[in-house]
Amino acid sequence: MDIKEIFESMEYGPAPENGSVAQDFLDQHQRKFGMYIDGRWERPSQNTYFDTINPANHQVLAQISDASSEDVNKAVAAAKKALPKWVNIGGHARAKYLYAIARQVQKHTRLFAVLETLDNGKPIRETRDIDIPLVARHFYHHAGWAQLMAQELKDYKEIGVVGQIIPWNFPLLMLSWKIAPAIAMGNTVVLKPAEFTSLTALLFAEICDQIGLPNGVVNIITGDAKAGSAIVDHKDIKKIAFTGSTEVGKIIRRATAGTGKKLSLELGGKSPFIVFEDADLDSVVEGVVDAIWFNQGQVCCAGSRLLVEESIADKLYGKIRRRMERLRMGNPLDKGVDIGAIVAPVQLKVIEDLVQQGVDEGGTIWQPSWSCPEDGCFYPPTLFTDVSPSATIAQVEIFGPVLVAMSFRTHKEAVKLANNTRYGLASSIWTEDINLALDIAPQIKAGTVWVNCTNVFDAAAGFGGVRESGFGREGGREGLWEYIQLRQEATLSAKSYYEAKVLKSSGDAATVALGIDRTAKMYIGGKQSRPDGGYSDAIYDPSGKYIGDISRGNRKDIRNAVEAANNANKWVKMTGHTRAQVMYYMAENLSIRAEEFANRINQMTGRVMSKAKKEVQQAIDRIYTYAAYADKYDGRVHHTTHMNVTLAMPEALGVLGIVCPDDFPLLRFISTVMPAIAMGNSVIVIPSEKYPFAATDFYQVLETSDLPGGTINIVTGDKDELAEVLAKHDDVEGVWYFGSKKGSKQIEMYATDNMKRTWVNHGKYRNWEDNDQGAGEQFLAKASDIKNIWIPYGI
Amino acid sequence: MAKAKSIKQNGSTAIQSHHRRNEGMAYDANTFKEIKINRSAVDRRAATITKRRSIKKQWQAAWLLKAVTCIDLTTLAGDDTRGNVTRLCAKARSPIRKDLLESLDMYDAHITTGAVCVYHNMIADARKALHGTNIPIAAVSTGFPAGQISLKDKIQQIEASVKAGAREIDIVISRDLVILSKWRALYNEVQAYRQACGAAHMKTILATGELPSYTKVAKASWICMMAGADFIKTSTGKETVNATLSVSLVMIRCIREYEAMTGFKVGFKPAGGIRKAKDALNWLILMKEELGHDWLQPELFRFGASGLLGDIERQLEHFVTGRYSASFRHPMA
Repeated sequence: MDIKEIFESMEYGPAPENGSVAQDFLDQHQRKFGMYIDGRWERPSQNTYFDTINPANHQVLAQISDASSEDVNKAVAAAKKALPKWVNIGGHARAKYLYAIARQVQKHTRLFAVLETLDNGKPIRETRDIDIPLVARHFYHHAGWAQLMAQELKDYKEIGVVGQIIPWNFPLLMLSWKIAPAIAMGNTVVLKPAEFTSLTALLFAEICDQIGLPNGVVNIITGDAKAGSAIVDHKDIKKIAFTGSTEVGKIIRRATAGTGKKLSLELGGKSPFIVFEDADLDSVVEGVVDAIWFNQGQVCCAGSRLLVEESIADKLYGKIRRRMERLRMGNPLDKGVDIGAIVAPVQLKVIEDLVQQGVDEGGTIWQPSWSCPEDGCFYPPTLFTDVSPSATIAQVEIFGPVLVAMSFRTHKEAVKLANNTRYGLASSIWTEDINLALDIAPQIKAGTVWVNCTNVFDAAAGFGGVRESGFGREGGREGLWEYIQLRQEATLSAKSYYEAKVLKSSGDAATVALGIDRTAKMYIGGKQSRPDGGYSDAIYDPSGKYIGDISRGNRKDIRNAVEAANNANKWVKMTGHTRAQVMYYMAENLSIRAEEFANRINQMTGRVMSKAKKEVQQAIDRIYTYAAYADKYDGRVHHTTHMNVTLAMPEALGVLGIVCPDDFPLLRFISTVMPAIAMGNSVIVIPSEKYPFAATDFYQVLETSDLPGGTINIVTGDKDELAEVLAKHDDVEGVWYFGSKKGSKQIEMYATDNMKRTWVNHGKYRNWEDNDQGAGEQFLAKASDIKNIWIPYGI
Repeated sequence: MAKAKSIKQNGSTAIQSHHRRNEGMAYDANTFKEIKINRSAVDRRAATITKRRSIKKQWQAAWLLKAVTCIDLTTLAGDDTRGNVTRLCAKARSPIRKDLLESLDMYDAHITTGAVCVYHNMIADARKALHGTNIPIAAVSTGFPAGQISLKDKIQQIEASVKAGAREIDIVISRDLVILSKWRALYNEVQAYRQACGAAHMKTILATGELPSYTKVAKASWICMMAGADFIKTSTGKETVNATLSVSLVMIRCIREYEAMTGFKVGFKPAGGIRKAKDALNWLILMKEELGHDWLQPELFRFGASGLLGDIERQLEHFVTGRYSASFRHPMA
């Protein structure tokens, strides 16, 4: 085209990034890659390879090793061997390695960016301006955490060998989110990139080699699901970190159930993008572009559900359509391209099918007038309006450039629509009213809330989901918890610390006769309640003497308790101070009845009176502890991007099931229930089967302590049977289980379907009398999730 | 689209206009009272928009030539004399070296700058120097740059400049009216300027660097357009903060809304601090992306600049020869 023509048309011309350096890199490797194991490049044991393809033109870029379980075993062995030394060199030495990695990534930014674009199909603008700079930032940030570990995380140690499996949508960025915190905290790593996108991970391995990272600290395995499952199943791997689909996340959850492997899952999403009528609509439009046409919409936290206040819906749709016309799609290496290629034909097919379904189900589809390139995997930006929540495209994750829009009438309805999903990864709120933004943000079920922005990331803020979007955080202080453990966890015992004695041999009988028969009922929704089934079971003291009857709860009682707990929204809305006051009041009321509770413990367990009394005193002490924490375990303001207040707020999980063990009947009940309610949860407690009366007596304390009904619900009966109902209940967000190894495994299995947070003991025992093992911030952390709320500012 | 027409005005031909001139509209607070601009989101868009597009090779050369035609080649200094104004006008007539234009096969395209922009006292000299061309003279007016003179004097200045042969008048708004949210008073003021301008086109300078917020920049943009501005312009070039992409984005989005409401296309002129060819490309990208092709023409888009042309010349020579150029190789203004 000559200059005169361009002068008239003022069209954009091609502006391709030069891909030759990346092509040279591939050539230097003869377009065939081994795997990075123990600091060496290893050929796959089965000598099998698969092609990695540029989705923008279907050309084969290189051959990638297809790992077998034998290769995974080798990598895990290398990581295990490297572990002690990597821990012992200390935080400063590790910081220097992470710093060197960050520097090296920066020195080769363009090579990384081009290679990523070739392999994945996303535009060079994104790899160059977003992915790779964030990778460097992540390693710098975590170099800092390595440096500070000894000071800031004194009570913690590494977990060990970590297995990490990452997706294809942000290949190198997800690698950095996984590897940086892991190795900073002293763990060693076996990482498998996604089959479609292994190249930048292999280049990263070269960088590890160049900076002299000790052998075995980072091992890169390439391959498909069989390599992935070999990692998941490996007995020497102590933690699995996975980012990918909810479907695979559930497979991993089940595969690791009962193994004691720590697990973090960052899964799918259908994140709401909520626009209120006072928002700056032109800015909203750009937000929409960042939300759903970033990375072709192949983003787990894509704002894929547009919820618009009805008064401005049509106006906004018009603006969005106009903007869509101007999006440019094409060769991802072109510096003037907004939308690149879909990662693979199989993914393209999924998008096409879902869009067709959207049309079939009555959605109004709109696509820009320009046409897509025909020689690669391209799909045009798509807007669906008039979509109802019941439509398939409004519910399932499309993972493509498809935006689904619907309107709302009131703020309340906006929240309801936003939360009308199984997912809970991210969300975005657009309004110029800070009152509104801060009212809505806590109500959204999501790990991240972006106010007047979207898809903004920083290493200093945690990222992760709730509900079926998974659990665990990546980034920030909260992300470190996934790669460390309390030192004392290693000291948990295989035997109970509790020695109940047979009554007659104790020589220390109850000092007070218990008087007339008391009927221990269950406690649901602030009321004493009889069991649905109408059965009771006799409870005997250690000498075999009948003490009384306890209600035999069944699944319906659990159902009722969960319903009551879900309705107990008064508690979570109280200030920490008010919750503390109620809890102190419980302690006061327990103290008045200390003698009675001690007698009860003595009667049930045969524990000597002095010890029974001590247990009651400790229970009071513990209530004080968590009452004290109620207004003190608070959030942080993270240092993230320029002109942005990023609030990291611990939020209650919601409804939490707690299954108590048999030892320390009162102290244990208190030590688990109190941190849970201190954080604002409402709980369903299944007390010790053997010694249930400590809990059922306690409801009288609750009744005199102004606790709102439904905050604590007590259901007695067959522990594992009731626990199963709880763990399978979709309206319960978390379960703590303290019981057998087998029961622990069952709970983790049952909890998989709605991705409940679980905390189980795998048959190990805690010394509940010990303040380190039986109390502390760990309990509060398990009872809460960190939500990051991003609030940019400026006038 | 209205037919192109010529307006006889003070013996010279007004610029070719391919669109209906903004007639303004009655004051209506509903058009702007609910505007709220989100600063951080605007800044984010401004920071990324230029990274989303890249203009290379002959496209870059063509776009830079287009930029030349959109320059209001400006001198606004206390020491301006006939001598330097004449030089400036000569440069406006032939902004790019002939051999370069020939190499670009653009010699017959009659590239000139969009206008020459001077103080009132220089209009007569500029007229002489531009005789025989169609390059309009723009005069800054209404107590430029601060605007701290009486309304009567401001009106007189406009009338005098129009009479002296200025076909474009760059007025400054009273910033205090924006700061104090006296929107109707601002409307009345700008409307009076427009009347005084007559057939001359009016560019209203907001002096955004002196306005307290983007929201007020947007509201002031609306007032000026409602009152009949042909162009809205960012700055005098004399404020400490002049044209930025962010503030331009705020203003041109108002232009878009105003067109949607009234059908009138209002022009845009960023001024002050635009010195590099790369800056010019960035602004052109912004205009194309946010407003479209019509705003890539001098009828609806101008740069207020003095040094910009020099950098564009050097870039064009680099395109032609492959060698980095030096400023002394290009005739000075």
